[in-house]
Amino acid sequence: MILGVELAYWQVTILKIVLGMTAVLLPAGTLVYAYLFKAVSFMQSRLGPMEAGPYGSMQLLAEVGKFLQKEDIVPTKADRLLFKLAPYVVLVSTFLLVLVVPFSVDDTFLNLDTGIYFAMAVSSVSVIGILMAGWASANKYSLMGGIRAAGQLIAYELPMILAIVGVVIQAGTLNMNGIVSAQWHGEIFGWGGIGNPYILTQFVGFFIFLIAVQAELTQTPFDMPIAESELVAGYLTEYSGLRFLLFFIGEFATMGIFSLIASVLFLGGWTIPWFFDFDSNAYNVIGPLVMMGKMMIVAFLVVWARFSFPRFREDQLQRLAWKFLIPISLINIAATAVLKVVF
Amino acid sequence: MSDFLRSYLTVAIFGAFAATLVGGMLALGSLVRPSNSTAQKLLTYESGVDPTGDMWTQSNVRYYVFALLFVMFDVEAVFIFPWATRLEAYGTFGLIEMGIFIAILALGLVYAWRKGMLRWV
Repeated sequence: MILGVELAYWQVTILKIVLGMTAVLLPAGTLVYAYLFKAVSFMQSRLGPMEAGPYGSMQLLAEVGKFLQKEDIVPTKADRLLFKLAPYVVLVSTFLLVLVVPFSVDDTFLNLDTGIYFAMAVSSVSVIGILMAGWASANKYSLMGGIRAAGQLIAYELPMILAIVGVVIQAGTLNMNGIVSAQWHGEIFGWGGIGNPYILTQFVGFFIFLIAVQAELTQTPFDMPIAESELVAGYLTEYSGLRFLLFFIGEFATMGIFSLIASVLFLGGWTIPWFFDFDSNAYNVIGPLVMMGKMMIVAFLVVWARFSFPRFREDQLQRLAWKFLIPISLINIAATAVLKVVF
Repeated sequence: MSDFLRSYLTVAIFGAFAATLVGGMLALGSLVRPSNSTAQKLLTYESGVDPTGDMWTQSNVRYYVFALLFVMFDVEAVFIFPWATRLEAYGTFGLIEMGIFIAILALGLVYAWRKGMLRWV
């Protein structure tokens, strides 16, 4: 049922695919232009792109046009099949990730009962793509970068999962819309004025989740896999032109989707307190806009950190995950569980 | 087809669509991009000098142990999610049960820590 019109499964699916493509590419494009091109330029006291379109707003199209015209280079020594397959794996993982994000009660691509669990499962598929890229390039830098990426991504997946467990304990459901509903109807020690956005009661989890997202996206404090001063461009060294662009799109689309997921888990999802009832039909229209707004806020934190901190060393990275984040998130789970049972 | 299977059909369709999109972009690119490759251009990049030796070299994977630890904790996640969703129903019993489970796991981490596995060698 969409707008009171009964549609067949295939019609709904086509609609979902068009909207899903929008939900993947629009945040990615917005983040790249607004943050990677502009916000960062202002942080560094420069203007950023100004030529293409007003305030350089057409710069993205110019970039895509440039990448389209670049020669496609596959090194002779590379494993051709895996080399060409790797961008597919990364992008498929990104597209599957967006499926679970709810934009209102009815605006869901897929209302899975195992929502957040599914998201964790498909997001880790991109590790395989990156490892494939690093291995298939048959380049020493790429190989090192790919292995580093794999080591980093598995190390930071655990704090992320454990941070989510805290939210799941509070909400009592894995369903994304269920988590939103639990936050709206929740109370903080009996006070329900703004519901219970879990950033207030799960702030430790939110902090850990943000760090883990930063690492999963290989953004700067955690960008050892593509560290240009050590490994040229890591697993991307041999990729040029369009194939490189695909990895890049995958990275920023995933950043957008992880920000959407973070806003569902911790910032109350598509609801805003006071203005509308939870069941209000208005959310079918403004829900996506609210989600976009919250996504921009979370993504800004990621980009801000990216351009503020120097790169970790590889051993510091692993130490942070195993000796700091995982014990803290275990304690967080225990504390949340005890409080949940006691109150 | 049941709704349950149908939602996974949607997953499959989305995956297929993403692959088609990537393939379509690459096909579009092949129409406009030049293709005049030379042997030098297709050489493996190694900071501008001729690459030496085998490209799939042996290297010391220092975080091999981390991968093993990861398996341990990832399996834990499989068990902990169902428990987390049903904690309200289990009450104190579930709390103590999971407390023991997490304590044993944490003990594993502490053991690895004490043995110096988490130290960079």
